[in-house]
Amino acid sequence: MLDLLILLILLAVGYGFGSYAEQKHYKSIRKRERATLHVPIITFGAKQSMPDAQETELFVGSVVVASDYFKTFALALRNLIGGRVVSYESLLDRGRREALLRMKESAIAWGASELANVRIETSSLSQGRGLISIEVIAYGTGIR
Amino acid sequence: MLTTLEGVPGKEVVEHYGIVQGSTVRAKNVGKDLLAGLKNIVGGELKSYTELLQEARQEATERMLQQAEQIGANAVVNVRFATSSVAQGAAELYVYGTAVKVM
Repeated sequence: MLDLLILLILLAVGYGFGSYAEQKHYKSIRKRERATLHVPIITFGAKQSMPDAQETELFVGSVVVASDYFKTFALALRNLIGGRVVSYESLLDRGRREALLRMKESAIAWGASELANVRIETSSLSQGRGLISIEVIAYGTGIR
Repeated sequence: MLTTLEGVPGKEVVEHYGIVQGSTVRAKNVGKDLLAGLKNIVGGELKSYTELLQEARQEATERMLQQAEQIGANAVVNVRFATSSVAQGAAELYVYGTAVKVM
């Protein structure tokens, strides 16, 4: 009975704080994406003629995002029947956009006019006990 | 100089030296693990891990640059990063590229 109570509390805390944090994060992502819209991110660059530039530099943005208790629980349930895991899609989406934004913001601070040949990598960091955290890195060549 | 392109814009590649690489394996400490465990209830960014991995990636990049300097290169082009978790609680950061001389 106590176990069930703890589970329910954890689920409620996870859902409450998790969705609050997610909404806040999405709001900040959208705002920063609008603010950095003037610098294009390009995923090609190799096998193209070199862009005109005085200076170039490598920029990396990375973030580690953790799932909340509710998302982990929803995944466990989803594993029984299969299908889309909506709660994780938003987690990964947030991670990727955040990593891209961090890369972009450091490039803008340096004075870049574009980011060429950008690559995104995602990896899962194992922690055991069913805990999941996902690392996303985005990197590319800043040109000015 | 590091780029993800196949050369350095505005400069010409005069010599190729082949692949250079740097890697480092990092473990998290117990304190960070504990905090991460708590974070996994409420969700959000794990800032301590982000910093840890950034530091580690920096180190891997420096190792690659050292290797490139040793063989006489002044730039590394087509740089790629990779992260893999090799064991529970440890992650490998790996970076590689092609060492070149540009003029």
